[in-house]
Amino acid sequence: MVDTAAQPAFAAIKAKRRGLTEAWFAWVLILPALAFIGVIVAWPLLETIRLSFTDTGMTSGQWVGLDNYTAMLSSPKFLEIVGRTFLWMVLSVSLKLIIGLIGASLLSAAVPGRALFRMLVMPPWVIPIAIGCFGWLWLYNGQFGFLSGMAQRFGLLSGPFEFLAYKNSAFYSAIVTDVWVGTPLVSLFFLAAMQGVSRDLYEAAWVDGAGRWYRFRRITIPQIMPVIVSMALLSAIWTFNSFDIIWVLTQGGPRGGTTTMIIDTYKTAIGNFKFGEGSTRAVAIVVLLGLFSLLYLTLLNRVNKYYGVK
Amino acid sequence: MLMDRYNLLQKIGIYICIAMFLTFVLLPFVEMIRTSLSPMSHLFHAPYEIWTNEFSFQAYHDMWIKVPLLGRYIVNSMYIASMVTAITMILVIPAAYAYARLEFPFKSISLGAFLAVNMFAGAVLLIPLYRVMHTLGLLNTYWSMIIPGIAFLIPTGIWLLRGYLEKIPKELEEAAYVDGASRLYTLRRVVLPLATPGLIVVGVSVFIGAYAQQYLFAVTFNQIREYQPLAAGLFEFFGYQSVEWNQMMAAALTGILPVMVVFLALQKYLVAGLTAGAVKE
Repeated sequence: MVDTAAQPAFAAIKAKRRGLTEAWFAWVLILPALAFIGVIVAWPLLETIRLSFTDTGMTSGQWVGLDNYTAMLSSPKFLEIVGRTFLWMVLSVSLKLIIGLIGASLLSAAVPGRALFRMLVMPPWVIPIAIGCFGWLWLYNGQFGFLSGMAQRFGLLSGPFEFLAYKNSAFYSAIVTDVWVGTPLVSLFFLAAMQGVSRDLYEAAWVDGAGRWYRFRRITIPQIMPVIVSMALLSAIWTFNSFDIIWVLTQGGPRGGTTTMIIDTYKTAIGNFKFGEGSTRAVAIVVLLGLFSLLYLTLLNRVNKYYGVK
Repeated sequence: MLMDRYNLLQKIGIYICIAMFLTFVLLPFVEMIRTSLSPMSHLFHAPYEIWTNEFSFQAYHDMWIKVPLLGRYIVNSMYIASMVTAITMILVIPAAYAYARLEFPFKSISLGAFLAVNMFAGAVLLIPLYRVMHTLGLLNTYWSMIIPGIAFLIPTGIWLLRGYLEKIPKELEEAAYVDGASRLYTLRRVVLPLATPGLIVVGVSVFIGAYAQQYLFAVTFNQIREYQPLAAGLFEFFGYQSVEWNQMMAAALTGILPVMVVFLALQKYLVAGLTAGAVKE
């Protein structure tokens, strides 16, 4: 602050002025947004928890206690879906972070055309996910799509291959699309963090004869670690909750091969009108994500302490 | 800088890697553009050929006939996104100001609560929301797609705008306040005009977000074709017999043109604004 001397005088004027106190004024400003979130997010969340203990369908249901939960947890199919969701999240987030880190390094390299390259990375983030997925749907087309066609031309495939028609290939294809959707934002954040790293550090290392790879490993990575760690958590949450991509590409099929928890919840509740059982699955998502975030934030604290960031 | 110099071999390596990275990012777009310009006879022809001598804009003409409501879908998308943006900004501006400038009890807890909303996808809350919409008679109206959209953009909006407001020098407000202006007057006449560039960036980010997120709410809460946004309306190109891929891609590209133009015009500011939190001051 420049005007430390003016500060007390100003505070005195503030105190003298009648009307709303600062705290009340602040709450008046926040209230509309808070009330909106309360009605559209907080209340439905509580209602989801209540519904998860009922057998609500199209008509209002009866209280069934923990029945939905025991049924859900004893269903091998549900446990398979949980496993698949975590596999989906871990694979997709790791790829996003690795490709994002490589992409950010490339985009920060001092070569002509840099500004243009940075701009060209953003379109997948700008357009609606569902519309980008229509593009991928066509790329994955077995008879006439680009990927199948090119693979045949180069002799990788002997005939047409429907990427979305088999359990495994559909799962990995959906991951590729998810990585495509998420990578631009991750790269962008890493790039911004890299530009925030002090030049002096690099110059000092360079004068001491450190090579590029060494500088990347020992300066860039530690310096941007807090951003890497927080982007990892954010992408994990988004990936876990990702709906549009799978719904447009496969609607959870074939034979459940791409059904993650969010798709399973949607199908149960909105597809089959089993609101009670669907709510139980929604609560499971919230609990798992909550536990995951808590675990992760503990780790984040450790990492930040280790790298000496407040 | 000498340190940043690359030799020829390194430069070539970097460009090859950038080319690979951009190929992955842009491949769907290039293929969408190619498809939109190709006649169906070329697309439904094996083996796959990239080039044809019959490239034309025919699909951009036919798509309006094949799906007569296409124009309506694009307008719907714009309308829903604009309404979401307008209402979100009205709610976000005062709240962001409070978090940027004022001291009050439960400040960090309530900000954390706002940000925690990011943890819930719309899909988790759909069940009770569906019932709320049903009770209020909002199912199958524009509002069923606007209202949930706002809720999920408020947290990001507050976060981004707060960052901007914090950068405006406090002295100007204090001067107005000392001169006897009320808090509300100061906010309206001093802070907001100064924050205009920030407001535009946050508004555009919210608009892009609102344009992007319509699909889930549209397929769940709305069954009336006349109200559908583009992402849901594109499904009409899936015919009973075959899919008119060239027209569908043409429609998709036409529909994303407005957001792309806005993005390209403002991309420099948007990128800086979005990542402000990632850079240490």
